[in-house]
Amino acid sequence: MLKIALSKGRIFKETLPLLAYAGIVPTEDPETSRKLVLDTNQEEVKLVIIRATDVPTYVKYGAADVGVAGKDVLLEQGEDGLYEPLDLKIAHCRLMVAGPPNLPPPPRRLRIATKYVNVTQRYYAQRGEQVEVIKLYGSMELAPLLGLADYIVDVVDTGNTLRANGLAPLGDPIAEISSRLIVNKAAMKTKSQRIKELIGQLQQAVADKATL
Amino acid sequence: MNYQDRWILPAGITEMLPPDTAQLENLRRRLLNLYASWGYELVIPPMIEYLESLLLDRGDALDLQTFKITDQLTGRLMGIRADMTPQVARIDAHHLRRDVPTRLCYAETVLHARPNQFAGSRSPLQIGAELYGYEGLQADIEIISLMLETLGTVGLPEYHLDVGHVGIYQQLIKSLSLTPTQHQQLSEAIKCKASSDLQKLLTDWQVPQPFQELLNSLVQLHGDRAILEEARNLMVPAMPALGKVLDDLEQLADQFDQVPLYFDLAETRGYKYHTGLVFAVYIPKHGQAVVKGGRYDISEKLFGRKRPATGFSTYLTTLVSLLSEDVARPPVVSAIFAPANSDPALAMKVAQLRKEGHTVIGELPQQEGQARAMGCDFELRWTLEKGWQVVPN
Repeated sequence: MLKIALSKGRIFKETLPLLAYAGIVPTEDPETSRKLVLDTNQEEVKLVIIRATDVPTYVKYGAADVGVAGKDVLLEQGEDGLYEPLDLKIAHCRLMVAGPPNLPPPPRRLRIATKYVNVTQRYYAQRGEQVEVIKLYGSMELAPLLGLADYIVDVVDTGNTLRANGLAPLGDPIAEISSRLIVNKAAMKTKSQRIKELIGQLQQAVADKATL
Repeated sequence: MNYQDRWILPAGITEMLPPDTAQLENLRRRLLNLYASWGYELVIPPMIEYLESLLLDRGDALDLQTFKITDQLTGRLMGIRADMTPQVARIDAHHLRRDVPTRLCYAETVLHARPNQFAGSRSPLQIGAELYGYEGLQADIEIISLMLETLGTVGLPEYHLDVGHVGIYQQLIKSLSLTPTQHQQLSEAIKCKASSDLQKLLTDWQVPQPFQELLNSLVQLHGDRAILEEARNLMVPAMPALGKVLDDLEQLADQFDQVPLYFDLAETRGYKYHTGLVFAVYIPKHGQAVVKGGRYDISEKLFGRKRPATGFSTYLTTLVSLLSEDVARPPVVSAIFAPANSDPALAMKVAQLRKEGHTVIGELPQQEGQARAMGCDFELRWTLEKGWQVVPN
């Protein structure tokens, strides 16, 4: 049995073609099905549908053998106890600082709103700057507008939401984000053949997609 | 806190209740008997000692796991052990000071600042065995054999022995002059086998091409013994010193050819004291390693005496949770209930039964509940013709 943890939405959609390349096709559509464990055309392969931020946890504790997780989530949660053998080169975006453009930074400790608390602390610490981090769970763009924070740290794809709210990316990206294949340590060792085979097939799928 | 939640224990602090404790104690005794039969002497290191002798480096993983308090007598910082290996190394290097190989074992509670991810407890019971004073592979073979015997005692049907060698990575990066931050980033990437991140780091730092290739291939070198040959072809031409390391790994593969072996040349360890061969046991359905061990050098760095060392440790709580069904419960000892009665003949009978190894529970005068309620399948009853007799109730 091989359990693959995926999150709904963009990661699921973009992972499907890669899995199809490895001969794995779900027999149900997660957008319409309410089931959280999906059967596939292969008897011993199941897809587990969970929240993006929970994927590393499921894989770390071996509840799922492999998973697909955004690098942003991995950076935030730490990669201890996981292998991350393959960059799937999907769900690309950037982790950035954003704020009102053309405004000088306030002459005091910065307040940053984000759901990436650890990444933000580390990023500013490396720049030698002490900041106050405010943990939010969504709609970061509101925080500077309503004066809750000076800047936000968030993933930016097209930048449309930022622009619509009068914000702009500031400076270079903190990190380039894409989705990674993550593998449970014990699974890598106890199911090595099956998992190495899957990694090989996905690697080929990623390479072929790049040459298209 | 109000008085209603006074019973709540701190997160991750566990206590053992009956009958789990009996099961754990039974396993602990059997394992310590096993280690004793291999000549491993039991030690009980102190629960708390000065921080300097517990840690190799400030700020490393072991440091963050260690609870600290100030010694009110000296003002020095003390640590509550998070791992007993450095303590046992200290006992070997400083107190025993033997020149012959020394075998030590231990089973005590350790305390972790953060819950250990697979035991889930911050106060797990660590059990392990260490062999000091022998540099050769034979010591590692003995330790691995004893580790596998440990699993046999637990009754694990299926396990995978994972073998690596931290010397390979250390050799490879020796000639690269990396800053401490770069070191950390590199070993993080290697640890997660994050090949794309690794590639990016090496390119960004303009690491010489041959080393880039070697480090990139290192994260791919995991699998059955075939990868040892692959590693030999890839690495030994550039780094002849690695030939000996690979010879050792080949020899291990021969020695343990009955066991499912998995070689992982990029394997590193959480605590940084390992220096050579490292090994771990993985089982299906348990997300993390259940036993870990390897070669290390703590004695020279901390106590100024070079002592080759190898050993393994695990957590008893983890092992108990893995006990297979047939060995899970120690045979239930059926207890005998002795009524409250001042007859000297009863007292003699009770003493005799206890001497024979039976459990006898004495009734307290006017107590609540009788034999059945006290969990006794038998009781002592007096008859005119036979005197005090054990009868089923």
